[in-house]
Amino acid sequence: MATPENRRAHWRANLRLLSTLLILWAFVSFGCGIFFADALDQIRIGGFKLGFWMGQQGSIYVFVGIIAYYVWRMNKLDRQYDVHED
Amino acid sequence: MSAQAWTYLIVALSFALYLYIAYRSRAGSTKEFYVSGGGVKPIHNGMATAADWMSAASFMGMAGIISFQGRDGGVYLMGWTGGYVLLALLLAPYLRKFGKFTVPDFVGDRYYSQTARIVAVLCAIMVSFTYVAGQMRGVGIVFSRFLEVDINTGVIIGTGIVFVYAVLGGMKGITYTQVAQYCVLIFAYMVPAIFIAIMLTGNPIPQLGLGAATKEGGTYVLDLLDTLSTDLGFHAYTQGVKPVVDVAAITCALMVGTAGLPHVIVRFYTVPNVSGARMSAFWALLFIAILYTTAPAVAAFARTNLLNTVDNATYSEMPAWFTTWEETGLLTFDDKNGDGKIQYYNDKNTDPAFQTEVAAKGWAGNELTIDRDIIVLANPEIAQLPNWVIGLVAAGCLAAALSTAAGLLLVISTAFAHDLVKRCIKPDISEKGELMWARVAAGAAVVVAAYFGINPPGFVAQVVAFAFGLAAASFFPAILMGIFQKKMNREGAISGMIVGIIFTAVYISYFKFIVPEKNNPEHWLFGISPEGIGTIGMLINFAVAQIVARFTPEPPAEVQEEVEHIRVPRQLAR
Repeated sequence: MATPENRRAHWRANLRLLSTLLILWAFVSFGCGIFFADALDQIRIGGFKLGFWMGQQGSIYVFVGIIAYYVWRMNKLDRQYDVHED
Repeated sequence: MSAQAWTYLIVALSFALYLYIAYRSRAGSTKEFYVSGGGVKPIHNGMATAADWMSAASFMGMAGIISFQGRDGGVYLMGWTGGYVLLALLLAPYLRKFGKFTVPDFVGDRYYSQTARIVAVLCAIMVSFTYVAGQMRGVGIVFSRFLEVDINTGVIIGTGIVFVYAVLGGMKGITYTQVAQYCVLIFAYMVPAIFIAIMLTGNPIPQLGLGAATKEGGTYVLDLLDTLSTDLGFHAYTQGVKPVVDVAAITCALMVGTAGLPHVIVRFYTVPNVSGARMSAFWALLFIAILYTTAPAVAAFARTNLLNTVDNATYSEMPAWFTTWEETGLLTFDDKNGDGKIQYYNDKNTDPAFQTEVAAKGWAGNELTIDRDIIVLANPEIAQLPNWVIGLVAAGCLAAALSTAAGLLLVISTAFAHDLVKRCIKPDISEKGELMWARVAAGAAVVVAAYFGINPPGFVAQVVAFAFGLAAASFFPAILMGIFQKKMNREGAISGMIVGIIFTAVYISYFKFIVPEKNNPEHWLFGISPEGIGTIGMLINFAVAQIVARFTPEPPAEVQEEVEHIRVPRQLAR
């Protein structure tokens, strides 16, 4: 049964997951891609400067990864707290 | 076969496909018309969302902008993809659970207010029309360039096609047409990119080719590009020149705006359940990422090819593409020093050493003007790819423009038929009557869009900032607080939306239309350009809503309970 306690616990777990992932989201885009890009440009990987690469491609790969992890993790949480759809 | 013949053939085939799909999946009920019956598979919805989202601007405009801006172009890449993280984590699953047809539906019901609903309807219509005008113009330009008809005829052909599948098929027709359009557009984008990556670097994957060494010379593409650019007085390609604050504000506004655009949000109502909504957000971003990670490679390759081709080259020996694009007026050559050669460089560079060097060479100013929008379209010709690729790119661009136009027209028609007629004016209307209104509204919206396509208001290019700024400053905060803050009430949400929108609209109008000569960092608030001001508008919206909500009655118990319900996937007994 999806008891009110379960629902609250599910919501808290959800919020924890969201804040972790949103911090990562802000870190790779605003952090690596914009604010620290110049510093990261000192590091080179092949023909890429790291800061430039994060702004143009790297952050997008991380975004896809964030959503993938979120989908997987939320489906697990739904079951764990018994609030999943039938 | 000539490029012309290939173009006719591929465009005709792709249009026949869209119309066939639209006919097979025409809508019979309002639920099918508005949300495709609610049973779309997440992977299909992901493709449809990707096509819906990637407009003519993404397909032909973005790589062009990046090509000219270098690292600063990253705001579009990160902004337009990062928004999907917000959408997937903060909005999509809850809106799906809420389970109505439109964004104004959510705003109106959550804030138990017809005023809130009408404010949302007006925002949705404004945002969508702003956007659709640009799409129809894009369709016209592609037709006129590749089919050699005039722009107006092009707009009318495009309008006819959209009319058939948006009016007949509604969301159901649009969804499956957009799946096909995604396939066409991504194929059309990738083929030339792969060809050029192989020719320039020997690496067939454009994403990797960007960091590879060139086949001739062996220097890394990006290093070569930095050298070529600085030699001609431009800033180094991998260096940012815009102020960091502004870059961050624009990125943020584009992200939040993306998450608040009604035509993207409604797509999440079409999947069967909450986990489907999450999954389809994942597919959508994956499909979008294929194009968005290729774009910076296309931009860099095109820039390298361009600089190498035109640099001090003799005008009479230029390849055929050069003259074709000269005829469109999107590329112009003006031999200022009369030496018959093309000098393309940054004549605004004030560095004294560079000035002396230029003077010594006898250069009398930059002689070549290139419209940024031609980079992607001209790419196959610049790289001398086979004729069928040129036809393919034309078809891809049309797919991108038409799919977005159709999605937007549907938002306008549902906002009108469902949110205004059904929910506000005539609640007892029959389903048949509502469907009829939806079709009439879609038809009328198509005609208005075509009018804007033929007589574009001069400000089309500038109003894109409007669409994103308004979506960022209005919808996003209202929806977010509606889900995450149980106590947010009607008074708070409405005043937040109104103040946010007015602030953003006034700021953008002031710099874009009233005193455009003052539109520079010196006069901007906190150094934030009109493109990025939606970020501040959003913050103001949040702040006003919090303050007002504190001094006004909290929402009724049943509304708070409803919020509890949308937070969990399972349907609870009431």
